[in-house]
Amino acid sequence: MAKRIEVKDLDIYYDKFLAVQGVSMTIQPRSVTALIGPSGCGKSTFLRTLNRMHELVPNARVDGKIFMDDDDLYGAAVDPVNVRRQIGMVFQRPNPFPTMSIYDNVAAGLKLNNKRLRKAEMDEVVERALSAANLWEEVKDRLPKPGSGLSGGQQQRLCIARAIAVQPDVLLMDEPCSALDPISTQAIEDLMLELKEKYTIVIVTHNMQQAARVSDMTGFFNLRGVGQPGELVEIDETTKIFSTPSKKATEDYISGRFG
Amino acid sequence: MPTPTSQSSESDLYTPLTGAPLTAGQLPRGAAPLTLAIVALAALGLWQFADWSPAGAAVVGALVYTAVIYLWSRVVEGPRKATDRLVTAVVTCAFLLALLPLISVVVTVLSNGLARFDTEFFSYSMRGIVGEGGGAYHAIMGTLIITALAALISVPVGLLTAVYLVEYGRGKLAKAITFFVDVMTGIPSIVAGLFAYALFALIFGPGVRMGIMGAIALSVLMIPVVVRSTEEMLKLVPNELREASYALAVPKWRTIVKVVLPTALAGIATGVTLAIARVIGETAPLLITVGITSSDNFNPFDGRMATLSVFSYYEYVNPGVPPQFSLDRAWAAALTLIIIVMVLNLVARLISRLFAPKTRA
Repeated sequence: MAKRIEVKDLDIYYDKFLAVQGVSMTIQPRSVTALIGPSGCGKSTFLRTLNRMHELVPNARVDGKIFMDDDDLYGAAVDPVNVRRQIGMVFQRPNPFPTMSIYDNVAAGLKLNNKRLRKAEMDEVVERALSAANLWEEVKDRLPKPGSGLSGGQQQRLCIARAIAVQPDVLLMDEPCSALDPISTQAIEDLMLELKEKYTIVIVTHNMQQAARVSDMTGFFNLRGVGQPGELVEIDETTKIFSTPSKKATEDYISGRFG
Repeated sequence: MPTPTSQSSESDLYTPLTGAPLTAGQLPRGAAPLTLAIVALAALGLWQFADWSPAGAAVVGALVYTAVIYLWSRVVEGPRKATDRLVTAVVTCAFLLALLPLISVVVTVLSNGLARFDTEFFSYSMRGIVGEGGGAYHAIMGTLIITALAALISVPVGLLTAVYLVEYGRGKLAKAITFFVDVMTGIPSIVAGLFAYALFALIFGPGVRMGIMGAIALSVLMIPVVVRSTEEMLKLVPNELREASYALAVPKWRTIVKVVLPTALAGIATGVTLAIARVIGETAPLLITVGITSSDNFNPFDGRMATLSVFSYYEYVNPGVPPQFSLDRAWAAALTLIIIVMVLNLVARLISRLFAPKTRA
């Protein structure tokens, strides 16, 4: 049930400070969309507006429209909690709940929302999520152990399992591999390629090779200048962005001439 | 061997400064603790045999030790290590001096209190007792009941205030609450007692005494401590955990109840236990609001109750004839109070260990 996301003329503010200006893009269902660009250009900020996490910062707000299929995410009657129910998120640093076991971490999305499932059903959800996150074989014998005892790569896959256990339509990933070694990164990239069969995935990354490896579409963000807001320079098919981008700034960035 | 060049104008940063020797003079191993032991023994001798006051001997001993270790090190090891030795000595001496009153209190209370620390003390009240015998059973129960009531009032109020301040509070109101909580931490306990007395005197008329009044006076003292410690603990919960929970579509209130509070539970429990320990020995507010009685009264809504601190106070100021029996009971009550506080502290440590988020598999 992956859904398409359509962003129209989005301006993102922190209080009075305009952080990102005029973003319009379409995110295709069942694909991986990568967002690249230099630090501080608003990629993560933009990503967090997609599931209304941005407004958790005091006085943060947005102008413009985001549609998921036909629903306006910023419509007046929309409850942000319901938006987040359909759009899951994985963060830069793995953040399993320290008071919970591996099992409870995966089940957290259901348990914390008081979904009453029978033990067998819950077991099945946990196993399915952990298998989908390629973690089941490594942790199946220690599910009652605390999640924070796992290695960094395992913790990040645990967080992915936690995010997909609630079966969202869209999965947002904010630099999910930046704190991981190449082997864990490989595991998570493989996972993304498997997950995109069913999910719409948006990933922010600093690693251009990673964007080239996993994504179907790539969007390049940049600052207009020092002290100016960030903007979406262009978004196109990944092969095109990395071979014949239409903007000079994109070519400079991906060829390593700056940034 | 080239001499070490000083960093004068001609030395540029691209040339390494070579030639500084790698070895330096050192005091013999164990020099510092040995010196300290010798000086401490000398101070002990001054106190015991030369008629010095113990405090004077301790302070002079600390000064002599600091001076000796600094000068010795300065001659043998050079100024950098001497400074290190000086600061270490100052810190050690300050620690030992701070420890002395504590040891003195424990020794005094133990030696005076053990005389009546018997089963009779824990099973009898003072009903009909004038001289020998009697006990503090009524006072122990009174202290436990009143403190438990105070905790029952303070913990929910304090906890919810802290949750408001950390999770919801914005702007002037939150700042004002924080400020007044800080002010409240500093109010003298007698003021809390007068507040509770005045409040109840308005309703029940003057001269009213009830256990619940004492509990309210104590909770006035306890709430700010609970708020402050809980607030600090909630602030320590990483924001990432809240965001992780929000991203799973968990509403804010449920995030607080199921993620934030459990993560901070160990610290909160410790803070609450220490707040209880802080008020359990209060005397002045209980003297005004609860008074004293010599019989069992375990109903906090009906008349005077006995508490350990007030019991100890009255046994000391109104001894019978001969006074020794009363004084022994007073010291035994003080000892009991210290033991209760110690047990509470141990419980706090146990709780923080049990509830602490586990990281090891």
